[in-house]
Amino acid sequence: MSTATATAVPSPVVSASGLSLRFGERTLWDGLGFDLMPGEFVAVLGPNGTGKTSLMRILLGLLRPTAGSVDIGGRRPADARATVGYIPQHHAFDRDQPLRGRDLVRLGLDGHRWGIGFGGRATNAKVEQALDAVGAAGYADTPVGTLSGGEQQRLRIAQALVSDPELLLADEPLLSLDLASQQIVTGLIDARRRTAGTPVMFVTHDINPIFGLVDRVLYLAPGRWAMGVPAEILTTETLTRLYGAPVDVLRVRGRVVVVGTPDDQGAHHDHDHGPEAV
Amino acid sequence: MFSDLLAQQFVHTALAGGAVAAIVSGAIGTFVVTRGASFAVHAISELGFTGAAGALVIGLDPVVGMIGGSLVVGLALGLLSLRGRERDSAIGAVLAFGLGVGVLFLSLYQGYATEATSLLFGSISSVTRGQLLELIVVSAIVMAGIGIAYRPLLFSSVDPEVAEARGVPLRALSVLTFLLLALTTAEAIQVVGVLLVLTLVITPAAAAQRLSANPATAIALSMLIAVISTEGGILLSLVETSWPPSFCISTISFSFYVYARLAGGRSLRSVVA
Repeated sequence: MSTATATAVPSPVVSASGLSLRFGERTLWDGLGFDLMPGEFVAVLGPNGTGKTSLMRILLGLLRPTAGSVDIGGRRPADARATVGYIPQHHAFDRDQPLRGRDLVRLGLDGHRWGIGFGGRATNAKVEQALDAVGAAGYADTPVGTLSGGEQQRLRIAQALVSDPELLLADEPLLSLDLASQQIVTGLIDARRRTAGTPVMFVTHDINPIFGLVDRVLYLAPGRWAMGVPAEILTTETLTRLYGAPVDVLRVRGRVVVVGTPDDQGAHHDHDHGPEAV
Repeated sequence: MFSDLLAQQFVHTALAGGAVAAIVSGAIGTFVVTRGASFAVHAISELGFTGAAGALVIGLDPVVGMIGGSLVVGLALGLLSLRGRERDSAIGAVLAFGLGVGVLFLSLYQGYATEATSLLFGSISSVTRGQLLELIVVSAIVMAGIGIAYRPLLFSSVDPEVAEARGVPLRALSVLTFLLLALTTAEAIQVVGVLLVLTLVITPAAAAQRLSANPATAIALSMLIAVISTEGGILLSLVETSWPPSFCISTISFSFYVYARLAGGRSLRSVVA
């Protein structure tokens, strides 16, 4: 574990224990538990329908697990939302939408508060600082609907960081971004956890863009899960055991490629590349 | 002759009532346009007509029936929070049925046939002092609602996923939006009539969106366009007496929209830049 702050016995920021999630007859996971330490970068991997987004929603207090509990900085998730930064996957905004980059970021600071909020000097300074930190000051006054996907995701990071969160949750933040934008976005998230010690839980279907940054992997397979360092989890043996069927983990030109998962058989395919890049 | 008209009490009442209704219409319109709920405005308006016609049948104040009918539909739409095609077709089905019931009420109503025309096409020049007071009270409620919930309303309208993650109660705000919209619609009906409510609730907001990317400025512009259209339309209909106020109001507000689309090339400029 590569915690940036080398203090004596740091306490976990997030503690989840005994988490089960069932929808009707279907069990997504049972007895899922983990601690997130300060500065830790954890990737959540697995095929579709294994509850990756549901886990995010549980950590945000928006979904109640069938069993188990989550503790975020001593609070229940629903009471800890003010301390959590959330980065969603990229959705296009309408070109006509009256919303500038700075407005999107500001919503992350005080959009949940009542009243008009005329935005005093302190508010504006925080927004400005968050825009600068992600290099988005140049398009702070441009309508978000006219920005590129990469520019919008930088604003999303500023939006998540402007409230100075204790935990970062990201749900497929790299989806539909080009390679250069992916690197910028992952670089910004990585910088945050290194400088501020904010742990990151990062849901992705492809580990390759963040492979070098990840401390641990939480792999959700249908009905089973495993957690550990990438070298331990992303192996033919571990994944074959998880899936209960032969799965191969290959290293091809520096990329990790998983072959033989259910997603890979064509039946419920939703990415257009052949074998699933984990 | 025009200056004689301007001295008349009913003109003052009409201008004041029009301004009050226009301000709230312009304000709520921005949130409605962002949520893509223009068709819902039409549904709320037509069910407001049904409520008003029903009130006439049983001898109540049609304005009360109108607010009641609008609120019922607004509440239903807010609670269901349907999306996309499902919402579209559900609104279409309910709207058609409600309007049919309204037609029945009108045929049962033994009063003047002009009541129906007034409801459908507006009768701002016949607004009484008492109705003006009602307009002001309802507007104050709507503006207070928008003011108190401004930031979560905006957040949940433009960015629902992150708003939810930050703890904004999406469903409650959806209900609030539609209830405020229902009250606003009942206001606008009295100015431009059931069939032309969109000209005050949607057109100014749609025009304003193309003129400013700042959400607060866009709302202010929308209110301004709605007020100018309403006051200008009422005055124009006094000069050109064969033109009904509703026609004049919708023409002016549509002119703003066309202008905004042609000249307000905000998005065009950004594409080039």
